[in-house]
Amino acid sequence: MNYFLSEEQQMIKELAKKIAEEKMKPVREKYDENGEFPWEIVEALADADLCGLYIPEEYGGFGGGVLELCLCVEELCKIDGGIALCVAATALATFPLLLFGTEEQKKKFLPDIASGKKIAAFAVTEANAGSDAAGIQTTARKEGDFYILNGTKCFITNGGEAEIYVIIAMTNKGKGARGASAFIVEKDTPGFSFGKKENKMGIRASSTRELVFNECKIPKENLISREGQGFIITMKTFDASRPGVAAQALGIAAGALEDAVKYSRERIQFGRPICSFQAVQHMLADMATKVEAARALIYATARTIDNDPKARATKCSAMSKLFASDVAMEVTTNAVQVYGGYGYMREYPMEKRMRDAKITQIYEGTNQIQRDEIALALIKESARSK
Amino acid sequence: MNIVVCIKQVPATTEVKINPETNTLVREGVESIINPFDMYAIEEGLRIKEKVGGIVTVLTMGPPQAETALKEAISLGCDEAVLVSDRAFAGSDTLATAYTLARSIKKIDDFDLIICGKQAIDGDTAQVGPGISEELNIPCVTYVKKIEKIEDDKICVERMMEEGYAVIQLPIPCLITVVKEINEPRLPSLRGMMKAKKAQITILNAADIAAENNRIGQVGSPTLVSKIFAPPFKGEGEMILGDVGEQVEKLVNKLKETKVI
Repeated sequence: MNYFLSEEQQMIKELAKKIAEEKMKPVREKYDENGEFPWEIVEALADADLCGLYIPEEYGGFGGGVLELCLCVEELCKIDGGIALCVAATALATFPLLLFGTEEQKKKFLPDIASGKKIAAFAVTEANAGSDAAGIQTTARKEGDFYILNGTKCFITNGGEAEIYVIIAMTNKGKGARGASAFIVEKDTPGFSFGKKENKMGIRASSTRELVFNECKIPKENLISREGQGFIITMKTFDASRPGVAAQALGIAAGALEDAVKYSRERIQFGRPICSFQAVQHMLADMATKVEAARALIYATARTIDNDPKARATKCSAMSKLFASDVAMEVTTNAVQVYGGYGYMREYPMEKRMRDAKITQIYEGTNQIQRDEIALALIKESARSK
Repeated sequence: MNIVVCIKQVPATTEVKINPETNTLVREGVESIINPFDMYAIEEGLRIKEKVGGIVTVLTMGPPQAETALKEAISLGCDEAVLVSDRAFAGSDTLATAYTLARSIKKIDDFDLIICGKQAIDGDTAQVGPGISEELNIPCVTYVKKIEKIEDDKICVERMMEEGYAVIQLPIPCLITVVKEINEPRLPSLRGMMKAKKAQITILNAADIAAENNRIGQVGSPTLVSKIFAPPFKGEGEMILGDVGEQVEKLVNKLKETKVI
């Protein structure tokens, strides 16, 4: 299918593919096995100028948008859906700065992110505040020119490895969601430490950790936007970042499909390649159709956002994430089926894709939350049109 | 430091087809890449530049489409690219190629260090590098696996030997050919690729380099390829399995069967 990508976008795809094939493929099994953080790949992506695709040129980035980010993430995830997260999760934490940061904040933090020198992490989730973000218990109280943070965030992607953290904390508990604010916290700030490192089912090359704040004192200049804007910032950040998760899911699915087709041509049973059996053919056909539909939806969503970054893109963004992640789960499950017993074995990269795919249905809003948001948008649109 | 890296565009395959009439390579329909050994030469040139400053000029002789190889070199970080291209160069053997490249390097002007890959994967001769140094009358060390030290007027290198290595110091200007042990070539960067897209490639023809007519192309190529053939295919080996006693017995029987013993 022709998505009419520009020459530059083609270049990004080509380069990301090269890095995935030459740098990630040889080490993907190792990082999945030992769960270490793939710094060598962060460096390779930085050297290739792929860390700042969506960051404006004036801050050292490439000046692209969500589509450029998605193209890169998709290609990387065709080979490994876990390692690529170092970039995708950094983007998630960069969007609040891009969308709401002051000029000073942008100048201070974006160039190091764009160059790949530093990675970032976004922290909303807490033990008792997952889908219900309004239940956040981490607090930030103002004292003179500072804010003092207390509380614990959990399941934070890039936690412990990132240098720059965007934290959602309550500045006014009484106001519920409207009492949340967003702050930038740098690693090594006194009172900021890391807790439990999670041992996960998939995306094991990605670091997922607890962040612990104990009387952590940060300058008031690190507040993003105004007090009480934390929830809005989070929602708008997700609007921009969910296509990235969708692209991760798409890459995992597309990689699984590609390998499944190849394998079906090589695997001989009953004296002929299994791709000659209609039972297998129909599975592959369904997989391919869904992957292509997911791709079309994601690219269209990304273009919609890039065309007008200020407009709310909640509905299409949620649709991309919902559809692509469900497709990824289904396609990787069926790809394992095509591989048969070999698909179930760790020796082949297929079972890993199934493990990696699962998280895309859960994080940055479970798919149930995505459906809520889509339905809410539909109802609002309908009410407005009357 | 002015560094010149000589590269060759080669077919991206190990199954090289030969035109039986001309005994030359069939290039049609095969994707072309930079000779893999030349990638190490480019990388080493870039590393020297990053360490001591200077510019890296990448040079190739070939048809107009060899520009793709030069652009790839620019996307990796090379500063200048020169394509030596002329119908008169067609049919060059290693002697004529070395002469042509040497003339082009003279044209490029001040150079301190010339780096080549140890050989090209299509012809596998490993002659062009040393040939260039001969034409330019500068010292040459082949199979360099490490540059120990580089100064304005001399360079100290480790040359790979069958066992161990030799440490050789040679004056600048000079030429080295490098082996794959010397480094790990980088991948291109997005900015490099953008730069390569816009890059202007200097094209030199026979007149530009003031080449003598009888030293270039088919005329200047004394090499005569009398025959090219694929070596006969060796049959598949047989693994002798079992414990040591069984293996020895089977092996001895085999050797008796084939009348070796």
